[in-house]
Amino acid sequence: MMKGILGKKVGMTQVFNEEGEMVPVTVVKAGPCTIVQKKSEEIDGYNSIQLGFEDAKETRVNKPLQGHFEKYGIAPKRYVKEFRIAGVKDLEPGDEITADTFSEGDKVDVTGTSKGKGFAGTVKRWNFRTGPKTHGSRNYRLPGAIGAGSDPARVFKGKKMPGRMGRDKVTVQNLDIVKVDSEKNLLLIKGAVPGPKKGLLTIKETVK
Amino acid sequence: MNLVDIVEQEQLRDDIPEFGPGDTVKVHLKVQEGGKERIQIFEGIVIKRQGGSVRETFTVRKISFGVGVERIFPLHSPKIDKIEVAKRGDVNRAKLYYLRDRQGKAAQVREKRN
Repeated sequence: MMKGILGKKVGMTQVFNEEGEMVPVTVVKAGPCTIVQKKSEEIDGYNSIQLGFEDAKETRVNKPLQGHFEKYGIAPKRYVKEFRIAGVKDLEPGDEITADTFSEGDKVDVTGTSKGKGFAGTVKRWNFRTGPKTHGSRNYRLPGAIGAGSDPARVFKGKKMPGRMGRDKVTVQNLDIVKVDSEKNLLLIKGAVPGPKKGLLTIKETVK
Repeated sequence: MNLVDIVEQEQLRDDIPEFGPGDTVKVHLKVQEGGKERIQIFEGIVIKRQGGSVRETFTVRKISFGVGVERIFPLHSPKIDKIEVAKRGDVNRAKLYYLRDRQGKAAQVREKRN
């Protein structure tokens, strides 16, 4: 069975491992998530489990979603997300998934929304090289030529140019789980994960 | 309290003596050698303490066979068996980088008198 949970980034710190070495970790508040709906091949065309994370005020949830939660008799949730999981029999709507789904040493993929950088130039956004700063140069951070002239007489699609950077869906694969604190619902994941503090994260068993 | 602080709190050691820059300390280190563990002592002058909470480190400087050696230890590291304060130093700086430029008698730190 594939494991998955929703969580929130709390922040980064360091912990000592058993060998006494320092390990950089991200603290993630994962779950408890409630199963809202179970989708099956026969009815919905595919198998999945819908998880709800963090209680929401009823006024914050729109009418269609309110009806959805009411149908399964679950308190309104702030975040709802589906996980494609096949062949789960012992889980029913209303059941809780907690951080101890994962255990120490597991490898996970973490998906989040990266921090927005605003309108960024080509140097920051695409790692273009800068021009010379001296010798009469005035071409410091300009993108340079963007294509040939009268043939092809256009700029190719996908040309790397300045524009909005960040706030993308980013997945970091194959991260180690250093520690699981089931009492406080915390996961300590080795290394950095995408997004700001308090950002929503999807943590799944790794595909690798 | 912040959840990150709670995670850090669990890591902190409470058996660390009070010491600061200028003090001469003996750091008892656990060293793994061929499956066996033994204690190695690194003795020298503390030239700085840096960082906070679980990230706090201190730097110890000593002269070994005429060569200056500095080691940086994480203060809360489980690899440290214990820290012994051998001498209290009387200094006017938090960071004793000036010791690096001095040799012999000039590189000494005055002992604190009570």
